[in-house]
Amino acid sequence: MSAIVDTCCKGVPPALATCGFEVDKVRQDFPLLSRKVHGKPLAYLDNAATTQKPQFVIDAITRFYQEECANIHRAVHLLSEEATQAYEGARVRIQRFLNARESREVIFVRGATEGINLVAATFGKQRIGPGDEVIITAMEHHSNIVPWQLLCQERGAKLVVAPINDKGELLLDQLEKLFTERTKMLNVVHVSNALGTVNPIKKIVAMAHAHGVPVLVDGAQGAPHLKVDVQDMNCDFYVLSAHKMFGPMGIGVLYGKKELLEEMPPYQSGGDMILSVTFERTTFNSLPYKFEAGTPDVAGAVGFGAAIAYLEKICLTNVAQYERELVDYCSARLLEIPGVRIVGTAEQKAAVVSFVVDNVHPHDIGTFLDQDGVAIRTGHHCAQPVMKRFGIPATSRASFAFYNTKEEIDRLAASLRNVIEVFR
Amino acid sequence: MSDLSDIYQEVILDHNRHPRNRGVVDHPTHKAEGYNPLCGDQLYLTLRMKDGRIEDVAFEGHGCAISTASSSLMTEALKGATLAEAEELFEAFHSRLTDDECPAELLAKDLGKLEALQGVKEFPVRVKCATLCWHTMLAALHEKQDPVSTE
Repeated sequence: MSAIVDTCCKGVPPALATCGFEVDKVRQDFPLLSRKVHGKPLAYLDNAATTQKPQFVIDAITRFYQEECANIHRAVHLLSEEATQAYEGARVRIQRFLNARESREVIFVRGATEGINLVAATFGKQRIGPGDEVIITAMEHHSNIVPWQLLCQERGAKLVVAPINDKGELLLDQLEKLFTERTKMLNVVHVSNALGTVNPIKKIVAMAHAHGVPVLVDGAQGAPHLKVDVQDMNCDFYVLSAHKMFGPMGIGVLYGKKELLEEMPPYQSGGDMILSVTFERTTFNSLPYKFEAGTPDVAGAVGFGAAIAYLEKICLTNVAQYERELVDYCSARLLEIPGVRIVGTAEQKAAVVSFVVDNVHPHDIGTFLDQDGVAIRTGHHCAQPVMKRFGIPATSRASFAFYNTKEEIDRLAASLRNVIEVFR
Repeated sequence: MSDLSDIYQEVILDHNRHPRNRGVVDHPTHKAEGYNPLCGDQLYLTLRMKDGRIEDVAFEGHGCAISTASSSLMTEALKGATLAEAEELFEAFHSRLTDDECPAELLAKDLGKLEALQGVKEFPVRVKCATLCWHTMLAALHEKQDPVSTE
């Protein structure tokens, strides 16, 4: 299998031949970063929504369609074998990235959202009944609220919400008190997309397990910024989306512990997830194929694998440190501006600076900044309960990747001063 | 290339800073909620119809400058209008903001202060901010039960 994985790495840019990165060189790997917006150089500060893709990933996807495209797990011809190897090679690369025990614990899905829906519809439906309780936290993205809310409504179960403090940190002592003998599941975000808070997952998992409760971690914003070790965290499920970590859109992964995945019923059914079919009865395929009905997004998986290869060359430990510098710099620059308040001031924070400005609505800020070539997200960030917790309708959010620079943050600050001047 | 000053004209900034007809009318005969899920704008509109005309109209809620100014300007423009007049005004307003080829008869219509919002046309993602209050107003007049959504 290692030979397959290595083909994934074919053509990693020489700038990244050794572990580490220089931001100017890294930027050259991302073709989109050199484009202009409204005649100004782009300052892309909306990485929590999606990240840009390095040429290396774009090439991997193109190469698949140009040289290897065939359906997987089916035919005996060479192309099908190569496509299968490319797909399974990506799975192994992701397994190693997450430090999962086995590659069959890595299920390809459309993204973190589908991963959560899969668990809710199978594991959840199997285990959660009337009167049972499901815990989520007050900082979840809608994708880790709604599937559980629907499940609870359907099963007559109760959705219980763990509170956060004014800094946007989970109150662990309050969380501990929420566990009862009816608690069947805990769903928690690794890194909050709206606040940037990094949750102490290992501690939370240990707490839940002490009560016999399995834990799903929404890693959509965690995996792009932090070293993820699912065995060390000991979580039962972890979901992630490729597009938030420099890979293509429409592909992601559900990691689950093998023992749990094996007990779960299938999510969708059809081709590839079966061993044998008669009109009377179907025998399901083994992991991971039991959960991968139909022809998957093979090129997407290959692109995801390439993104992981790229990330490994960059080294997430270097990235985390650099991104922390960007967050601190951005916070400091914004707080110099009268009327600006930062929402989400947790001690442990990753890559996100959410802010509000007195008397100026985020949507207006977004339009002004866009004219200056500065792309940020404005709105509720698919986390309306978080907005409600802080008593605001929306925020402006700058979110970073390792290719961002302090100069881009200076442009954000200058543009913001201009908006405030107009609305004074 | 359009300029930001086309969209954020002084009239808009003024109506954003000092919205007219903010609040709830006494004894409303019609009301509706409007919602823009994209940016979280929320609008609550109340109207009092008397003898077939809008006697009073007011709005509350929160939104961006375009949304707030549009609501404020709309309430000013609607006082005294019949349902048919309100619909005609909306049709002309909406067409100016969204149609590349606005029909001549609509183009000829005097929109008064509402013309200040025409610059929004060059910013398609913001058109919904300017039209939310109008959709909400029509829902109120037509007594629709469900909240209005721009999506």
